[in-house]
Amino acid sequence: MSRTTTPAATPTAGAATASDALASVPWEELVTSALLGTDRRPPEGASGTGPDGAAAALLDAAALHTVRRRAGLLPAAASPRPAVAPDDPRPPLPEAARGRLAQLLADRAAGSGGRRGAAPDLTELIPQWLATANVHGYRAPDSALPALLDAARARTDLRPQTLEFAGPRGLWLAGLNPEWKFALRGASGSALLPSPDDPEAVRRLWEEGLFAERIALLGAVRAHDAEAARALLATTWKTERAEDRLMFVDSLRTGLSAADEEFLERALADRSRNVRATAAELLSALPGSALARRMADRALSCVSPGLTGDAPFVAVEAPHECDEAMQRDGVVPLPPSGRGERSWWLGQLVEATPLSVWPARFGGRGAAEIVGLPVADGWGEELHAAWCRAAVRQRDAAWARALLGPPSTPPSNGPGTASLAERAKLLAVLPPAERAVWVADFVAAHGLSEAFQLLGVCPVPWAPPLGRAVVDALDIARDAGSYPWSFSGVMGLAERCLDPAEAARLEVLTTTPAEPEDASPGANGYWTEAFQRLVSTLRLRATMDSELSGVPMG
Amino acid sequence: MLLTDGGEPLGAAASAARWTVEQVLALAPDDASRKAGNKLGAAGSWSDTGWDGTGAVWGLCKGSGSKPYRTVVDTTGPAYKCSCPSRKFPCKHALGLLLLRAADDVAVPAGSPPDWAREWLDGRRARAEAKARPAGGEGAGGPADPEAARKRAEKRAERIGGGARELEQRLTDLLRGGLAAAEQSGYGLWEETAARMVDAQAPGLAGRVRELGAVPASGPGWPVRLLEECALLHLLDSAWLGRDRLPPALAATVRTRVGLPASPEGPPVRDRWLVLAQYDTPEGKIVTRRIWLYGEESGRTALLLSFGAAGRSPAQALPVGVTIDAGLTPHPGSGQLRAELGERFGVPEPAVTPPPGVTAAEAIAAYGRALGDDPWAESWPVTLRDVIPVPSPDGWQLVDAEGREALPVAPAALNRPSLWKLVAVSGGAPLTVFGECGHRGFDPLAAWTAGGTGAPVETVTLI
Repeated sequence: MSRTTTPAATPTAGAATASDALASVPWEELVTSALLGTDRRPPEGASGTGPDGAAAALLDAAALHTVRRRAGLLPAAASPRPAVAPDDPRPPLPEAARGRLAQLLADRAAGSGGRRGAAPDLTELIPQWLATANVHGYRAPDSALPALLDAARARTDLRPQTLEFAGPRGLWLAGLNPEWKFALRGASGSALLPSPDDPEAVRRLWEEGLFAERIALLGAVRAHDAEAARALLATTWKTERAEDRLMFVDSLRTGLSAADEEFLERALADRSRNVRATAAELLSALPGSALARRMADRALSCVSPGLTGDAPFVAVEAPHECDEAMQRDGVVPLPPSGRGERSWWLGQLVEATPLSVWPARFGGRGAAEIVGLPVADGWGEELHAAWCRAAVRQRDAAWARALLGPPSTPPSNGPGTASLAERAKLLAVLPPAERAVWVADFVAAHGLSEAFQLLGVCPVPWAPPLGRAVVDALDIARDAGSYPWSFSGVMGLAERCLDPAEAARLEVLTTTPAEPEDASPGANGYWTEAFQRLVSTLRLRATMDSELSGVPMG
Repeated sequence: MLLTDGGEPLGAAASAARWTVEQVLALAPDDASRKAGNKLGAAGSWSDTGWDGTGAVWGLCKGSGSKPYRTVVDTTGPAYKCSCPSRKFPCKHALGLLLLRAADDVAVPAGSPPDWAREWLDGRRARAEAKARPAGGEGAGGPADPEAARKRAEKRAERIGGGARELEQRLTDLLRGGLAAAEQSGYGLWEETAARMVDAQAPGLAGRVRELGAVPASGPGWPVRLLEECALLHLLDSAWLGRDRLPPALAATVRTRVGLPASPEGPPVRDRWLVLAQYDTPEGKIVTRRIWLYGEESGRTALLLSFGAAGRSPAQALPVGVTIDAGLTPHPGSGQLRAELGERFGVPEPAVTPPPGVTAAEAIAAYGRALGDDPWAESWPVTLRDVIPVPSPDGWQLVDAEGREALPVAPAALNRPSLWKLVAVSGGAPLTVFGECGHRGFDPLAAWTAGGTGAPVETVTLI
């Protein structure tokens, strides 16, 4: 134990044999002799005992030294101890929930792999468990903190929830291990930020803090007093680096209001193109902004009611140039390869134009009616796609609804866009309950093969009609004789998102019915297994919830 | 052999032990079984589960075949039986069943065991009783032919003596030529010498020789470590060759160190034994499992050793953090730490208090004293009281609450993830830590927080 102290050796002198004489030779000398060899360098006092005798005497002496040194070890001097971890006043987990957490974390640590089988996938349940634990406001068990931090290190999506659960002691621990640096960096940790009411502390952190701390600080100050946040930003704006300016501008997205317009207008003249584009995007999401008005003027000159014939239609005259003023307002002049520049410009103009200008332009028609009008000269796809992006940006439910069309219409014939990703974004604009009903009807009409992305934006747990629609569709897919892994994505979502209360109703699906004639070989057994896993996962989630509320089941 | 009726062999009214998830997971022989058992720890896989007041837990687990596996655990042993073909011990089904019992009140109801489970439980308990009963008049205990056995022992002692003399010659040759040459000669020389020691039926010498081979590659300061190890090996050789002149206890220690099997001696010590730690070390093709126990009344610390060969995990497994009422028979020599588990009484219960601890200075002094009985001891089991894990320039230390004296954490523990568990549980405040204290430092194996009054004591495993 080299780091403990060895007491001064006080050998008993006056012995007669060579070994005893060697006992008083300093240890370092014995090591040197041993390293070079006793033939070349016999240790002092070991002469006259023959070549083997010197070596044996050295070994004797070394054994004595070794045992004496080990037997005489003393404690080392203490290093200064770290600060004590801050108190966490939150209540501890109920016993059962504690055990469950250990089980979830052990599963994660052992790595994944292997066939899924009928048992629940515990790793997939960690996010939900953490979210529920945080809703209850529990404190993480101390002994689980390392495993929690490891989990969050491996999965960025777990970080916010894990760090909230790990609390101040988690941060304290992370400070001691460089592998957990991320926890300090990512800590929006209000505990670490000064109070927004303390202007001196705010200013100091703003000027001296790390980037992440400054972003967190800006967010906190803005939530408290938007005006103060803008003032803070203005103090150093000119000296910030371009990529930092971009993040600062982007942080205005939260709680964006008309009061931000002036600042954003100035940012339109920024040296960085990305900063200009982001400022323009934010301004266009403010329907009352001057930029939105300028964009509307441009778009209105391009899109108008058709004037020929009896049936109403939409006439489009795409812009012929992208002038400097347009560029200053964030229109990107160069299209990506494969796209015409005029349609590229048109798309950007319409996307940035407040949707509220269109009913007046089209004789008082509503969103659905306007979307339903035929568009001349093949501009329809371009125009509708731009309206979709506008509806998402402006979070306009009426337009989103109109552009999605009825859920029963096949996606390829829909009014807005065939892209499921775009449709998922439109859906996210609708109120949650409406979203679930829309997707339920969509699943009922078209099955599951295209529903994955749409299901992903529905609130969890799924509302009863949506849950029923998904389960019915899975049952139909089984009857149709396909393999369950064609639906593994939806199945996995269902395990995490179905209301646990549905478990009892689903029990009937776990029995193996007679194999349909045209079924794929063995499919029935796999379906049974998949439904068993679904039911046992739902049961487990229900158990987990009751464990976390501290109410035993049954 | 006498068979009992098997009804209530373990004292009536004992509440059946229910282990925590952490305790069950700690029983897993490896990560793969832990993971597999975890998967089976949900209600979906199981049917006909149950437990009873004697400490039995049973259930049917659906596998890939048509017949479900029959799994039964006797938590008083603990002992496991499963109809699956796994060579892991306990198997994933036994772990899954215990996890289910630990986590889910509804999934494993109280009941009485089905016939297939009862058969095994009765048989096992009858055997355990018969074994624990002192040997009867049939001459049990002694070897069948004492004269032949004595001759065999003499022959073996002779062979070991030959091995020891040969090893002495190799060590002297090495010292004559110088350790510097050992760096070049590499591993082969030591492997060959180790093989000669196996031939000489001295596995203890073989093991130490093999470790010598690894020293030159062990980083800065290796010549010092090599000299120390050579010297201790020389000491062991000499002690074996001169064992007739040694006091009986030291001679017994030497016999064990050389690798001769020892059998437990003397009357069993009955106590309430707290399971402090359980961990496995792979040594060649064999896995050695160490289980540390602390006797609440005797104040003794004891070590149970068990071995698993060729991919099998050792058969003995005890949940850390419980107390078992049992008789323990110590082996002779080496401070009498090693013992065999004998008769068990009642079911395991959660531990109530950690062992009383000592200071850092007392701990290191205890190791020093242990060297008097066994100069080859690498470490000595101790419980430290009121220590704080503190980062130091070259690792971690356990520092007393006054911030004066410290024990460095042993290098082996520095690379173990559970070191962070110790730090997390401490939070910079003093706690009680059990571990092995030796010349390499302190290797922490279990910890207990101070805990408020009335709060249950939690044994945190650190390995």
